[in-house]
Amino acid sequence: MSIPSSWYLILSAILFGIGIFGVLVRRNVLVMFMCIELMLNAANLSLVTFSRTLNDVGGQADVFFILVVAAAEVVVGLGIVVTIFRRRATANADEISSMKG
Amino acid sequence: MNTMMVLATTKTIPDLLVFFVGAAMILVGAVGVIISRNPVHSALCLVLTLFGVAVLFIEQQADFLAVVQVIVYAGAIVVLFLFVIMFLGVDRTEELGEDRLRGQRPFAVALVLLIVASIVALGSEAKWSGGASSVVGPNQGPYQNVADLGKAIFTDYLFAFELTAGLVVIAVVGAVVLARRSADSNSDDADAQLLSAQGQPEGVDQ
Repeated sequence: MSIPSSWYLILSAILFGIGIFGVLVRRNVLVMFMCIELMLNAANLSLVTFSRTLNDVGGQADVFFILVVAAAEVVVGLGIVVTIFRRRATANADEISSMKG
Repeated sequence: MNTMMVLATTKTIPDLLVFFVGAAMILVGAVGVIISRNPVHSALCLVLTLFGVAVLFIEQQADFLAVVQVIVYAGAIVVLFLFVIMFLGVDRTEELGEDRLRGQRPFAVALVLLIVASIVALGSEAKWSGGASSVVGPNQGPYQNVADLGKAIFTDYLFAFELTAGLVVIAVVGAVVLARRSADSNSDDADAQLLSAQGQPEGVDQ
């Protein structure tokens, strides 16, 4: 294992930044959701890197739980998107500006 | 000594190669997610990023997580995304040109640069000491990853594991409740909206 861990951390910071940029700029709700997944993957990558650097399996256990929570989050989030689409017939975040059902 | 150095250098080249291939997959896929006009293309670029992350997991000897990453993320979550995209019929190109909020994009670029720079600065300034170097148990080398992780999850993290079971059940029930059509609502109207799938926001008056 000769790759220094700082390379992985910088890579995950860049990935996190790309995810933030997508959430801020894109208007499609589904693409915003995918960008949130990008940010979760950046966090997972840095956790695995720390698990290797500190020689502790606990970081990998954290990533395992993050995977489970991400799956549950995607299921509920896409259910909400489908429900919003039934009401408004749009997936554009600019047009979902009212909380009135 | 000399053979050790030779071994070290021969070990470095494949590691570097794998790292750069994985990093290229991650970055190309991530940029593709945010610049694709079609949501289907975004989902496929997301698959590329997730595979790149799995490659880097393997490079860091997290074998089990790499497999789970491919199965759960690429196999289940992205398929769910694609299913919803097809189901809603939003697989049309989206205009990326105008923003409703003026100057949103330069502000977003500035904010992202600030955040990435501060993360990198924090990481380079921090003292990575930590307390005990091994709280749960060390990585016992290759071929032991699944056993180590399983032991950690089923002993030290057992309560959290049981909580995730409850969370998954709640998520499944919640998704069914959200996606279900209520019997008394005008479901024909909803079907018509779903079929027409026009972009204008419709006031809800029912």
